[in-house]
Amino acid sequence: MAAPEIHHLFHNPIADHSFSPDKSTLAVARDSNVELYQKSGAKFSLTDELKGHEKTVTGVDIAPNSGRIVTCSQDRNAYVWERTPSGWKPTLVLLRINRAATFVRWSPSEQKFAVGSGARVIAVCYFEEENDWWISKHLKKPIRSTITTLAWHPNSVLLAAGSTDSHARVFSSFIKGVDTRPEPSAWGERLPFNTICGEFLNDSAGWIHGVSFSPSGNALAFTGHDSSVTVVYPSAPEQPPRAMLNVTTRLLPFTSLIWNGENEIIAAGHDCEPYRLRGGESGWQLTGTIENKTGPGAGTAREESALHMFRQMDLKGQTQADIQLKSTHQNTISTVRVYEETDGVLRKFSTSGVDGRVVVWTI
Amino acid sequence: MSTSLRPYLQCVRSSLSAALAISNFASQTSERHNVPEIEAASSPELLLNPLVISRNSDERTFIEPSVNSVRVSLKVKQADEIEHILVHKFARFLTQRADAFLILRRKPVEGYDISFLITNFHTEAMLKHKIVDFVIEFMEEVDKEISEMKLFLNARARFVAESFLTPFD
Repeated sequence: MAAPEIHHLFHNPIADHSFSPDKSTLAVARDSNVELYQKSGAKFSLTDELKGHEKTVTGVDIAPNSGRIVTCSQDRNAYVWERTPSGWKPTLVLLRINRAATFVRWSPSEQKFAVGSGARVIAVCYFEEENDWWISKHLKKPIRSTITTLAWHPNSVLLAAGSTDSHARVFSSFIKGVDTRPEPSAWGERLPFNTICGEFLNDSAGWIHGVSFSPSGNALAFTGHDSSVTVVYPSAPEQPPRAMLNVTTRLLPFTSLIWNGENEIIAAGHDCEPYRLRGGESGWQLTGTIENKTGPGAGTAREESALHMFRQMDLKGQTQADIQLKSTHQNTISTVRVYEETDGVLRKFSTSGVDGRVVVWTI
Repeated sequence: MSTSLRPYLQCVRSSLSAALAISNFASQTSERHNVPEIEAASSPELLLNPLVISRNSDERTFIEPSVNSVRVSLKVKQADEIEHILVHKFARFLTQRADAFLILRRKPVEGYDISFLITNFHTEAMLKHKIVDFVIEFMEEVDKEISEMKLFLNARARFVAESFLTPFD
């Protein structure tokens, strides 16, 4: 495994990051702005700032084909940014929400995007040609708390959402005139807007931090504040799932997860390093960390007197006063994203965290 | 250092590290606000179960976690009246300077001597494991400080009494 590519951009938290498809542009959410970095050599340098939000930006996503950037923020707004000869031009999206927007992702078709919010709704947004604006339809029926995370099914109609009411749900976001009728799948056959295709609660009912569909779309994984990862295999519409497997861990909670093929999940979170889970319909288990610990903290053990060591052990219950963690990230990892893949099998993935680092990992 | 202090501190350390798994979370009850949910307590689903770690009947730690903030309250050992006064004065001295301490709460939680309020902005600006270290260090320093002050007070009282009673010798 090659060493991870570390980009330490600044000392502020990165709420979300997104790479352009050719990997030359990196968009990161920093405070109330979105910064665009261009790759020059092995480093990324700041080239552009997308200014317009008034409060913390919570989500940013670059559409792979059209290159449009969507951002959302705690000031309740979302903008779609388009590149023009005179710079990036924002278009306000009519979200019609009255609380913070928390998460945004383009659908794979790039015709729509979904914005999660603290107003207990998900705004599914699409472009209306006749009025020349982005408008939204709300998914709101059974949601009882803030939406923390969203993930699109490959067919661009089904949408998974995790929320602080401890439920992971799968909705249909079918919009007439925008979407083509999806192929029937295990999640459902007829899918009018706001159909609930699945509603799942994990064993100890923690807040849901991350959801993800498998590459085929026939399985859903979600992770909660109880440090567990749950994988759901649906059987048929209106039926209980074929299998629902819960993997509990002794780690701190995961905040984000992605699939690598159908039999592996990569999750990262408050433990500051990515972990790997392997399994299938018969069972899942945690196999270990992806990082081999040769971080800055490992090699530079300071020489200390035995007295000092025992005093530290006695006073603080630790052997050494270390400033740096052994992991690459020095604080919580907030987002894990696919960087490079072929047919759903990952070759590289990227993580960003509260410590202001974006790291590209090779599997 | 007594033998029961180490497991107590270790327990506080691991509970606090787990409780500090917090993230930026805007209020879902008031528009355009971002407040510590443990203080606002406006949505019950955003609060976790509070936790008390006791070393003995008069020394304990109270940890109240929520989605974007954690409140840690300490009850410092007070064996007698003098220690009670000293702890009260010491806590008052610190809380008056709460701004300089960043994570110190201006008013302790009912039934405790001193409280810390750690929000996601603190864990973002500072290293999380160092905040835990700070609280642990504070817990042991405050004990040491109080017993030192008590010794000093007793010594001074003895000296004053002696010099007062010298003429009657």
